[in-house]
Amino acid sequence: MNKHFNKFCLTVLLFLFAASVQSQEVDLFNEKEEKTKDIVTAVFKSSRIVNGQSIENVGNGVLDLKILHRFGNISQGAYNLFGLDQASMRIGLDYGVNNRLMIGVGRSTFEKQYDAFFKYKLVQQQTGLKEIPVSISLASTVIYKSLKDDPTAAYLSYVSDKFSFAHQIIIARKFNDYFSLQLTPTLVHYNLVANSTMPNDFKSLGISFRQRITKRLNFTTEYFYSVNKIDGYNDPLTFGLDIETGGHVFQLHVTNATGMTERTFINETAGSWANGDVRFGFNITRAFTLKKPKELRNTKW
Amino acid sequence: MKKLLLSILSVVFILQLNAQKVYGTKTGQISFNATGEAVKIIGVNNQVDSKFVESTGQIIFGVLIKAFKFENQLMEDHFNENYMESTKFPKADFKGFITNIKEVNFSKNGDYPIVVEGTLTIHGVGNKTVTKGVISVQNGVPVIKGEFAVSLKQYGIKGSYIGDKIASDASIKLNCKY
Repeated sequence: MNKHFNKFCLTVLLFLFAASVQSQEVDLFNEKEEKTKDIVTAVFKSSRIVNGQSIENVGNGVLDLKILHRFGNISQGAYNLFGLDQASMRIGLDYGVNNRLMIGVGRSTFEKQYDAFFKYKLVQQQTGLKEIPVSISLASTVIYKSLKDDPTAAYLSYVSDKFSFAHQIIIARKFNDYFSLQLTPTLVHYNLVANSTMPNDFKSLGISFRQRITKRLNFTTEYFYSVNKIDGYNDPLTFGLDIETGGHVFQLHVTNATGMTERTFINETAGSWANGDVRFGFNITRAFTLKKPKELRNTKW
Repeated sequence: MKKLLLSILSVVFILQLNAQKVYGTKTGQISFNATGEAVKIIGVNNQVDSKFVESTGQIIFGVLIKAFKFENQLMEDHFNENYMESTKFPKADFKGFITNIKEVNFSKNGDYPIVVEGTLTIHGVGNKTVTKGVISVQNGVPVIKGEFAVSLKQYGIKGSYIGDKIASDASIKLNCKY
């Protein structure tokens, strides 16, 4: 009994000693800092680089009204005020469902197209707990051409013929505050193509970057290299400026692309830079917060 | 032998009682208001990391700048990119002492006014500060609350909107339950 008690006492003693050694001389100032997860943000300034999807989503609970506007060819000269007399546009609404998923719908004047898409953040570039060098998102768009067929045409299309799809893997890296690069492998599928020799699937690779000029001004470039092309069409190349004002990002650019849906600008860009078929364009957005972040709900000022 | 062990045990127990008790939290809240002329600019961070030592009053706060949430995404991006430069300066911290910690009775419920003195580092710039606050003890659980103002200029935070759309002094509220 006695022996057992002695042993017990000794063990307790040892434990206490160990514990007190640990708890003595606490100096919070010299404690090792714990690593925390640091997700890279603002890789690009907007959810679209110009025409194509960027790695960015609109924020959780934010409804974003986007107007994409393209003028006519600058080469038309002064009579058409360098294309400013003509306009093609897409009006769209985007919504951030949560921190990873955004959805959107749009309507373009070109071919009276409707489009709907989702974009999902699969991997986020981060440092700290984990080191992940790139962000990866998936985006899929369905496009419906609602323009009516010419009633005298030999073939009157079914509704299903008017659909096309674009699937994209978006891979981006923010190298530093000044420079971000994005690669966008893309597959466009047409339910119906012009003739039987044409494939239904078109592969392309988007290459885009952002270069900061000042804190509120960024230069962007967007190019899609088509692996297989439709005859008579060119790769789209766009140079843009992202201008940040207090409430929104204003994007100004010159491009040879007419359309603003994936299939149209990637595969059906008729204009060529070599011939001077370029146009001015701009994107404006207006964000509405529908769902406040939960952190702000109980804050009173 | 038994007696000896018991007496050592009791001595160690007493020592143990004197050992430093550290209170800590990782979910403290800090919010700020930098509303200037028009748009409300309010940021909230619910991941404040803080610890303090009961015996010495030594206290630290660590705040991840990117964990501040705003009413809209763009404001958050501007805050991180243009003002706080959170890639370069990911954290703000405070290291100091509660100078009158002895006046706080952690075993008795109540509100105890405290004075905190130390160095506040924001945007890579450290400034010595003294501020008042309150420790509320509720059943042995202390809550530290405080309000103070920070001059953006003093911390090298620049931007043409400061003093116009953005207030030149941000009011800050702190609420940490340990």
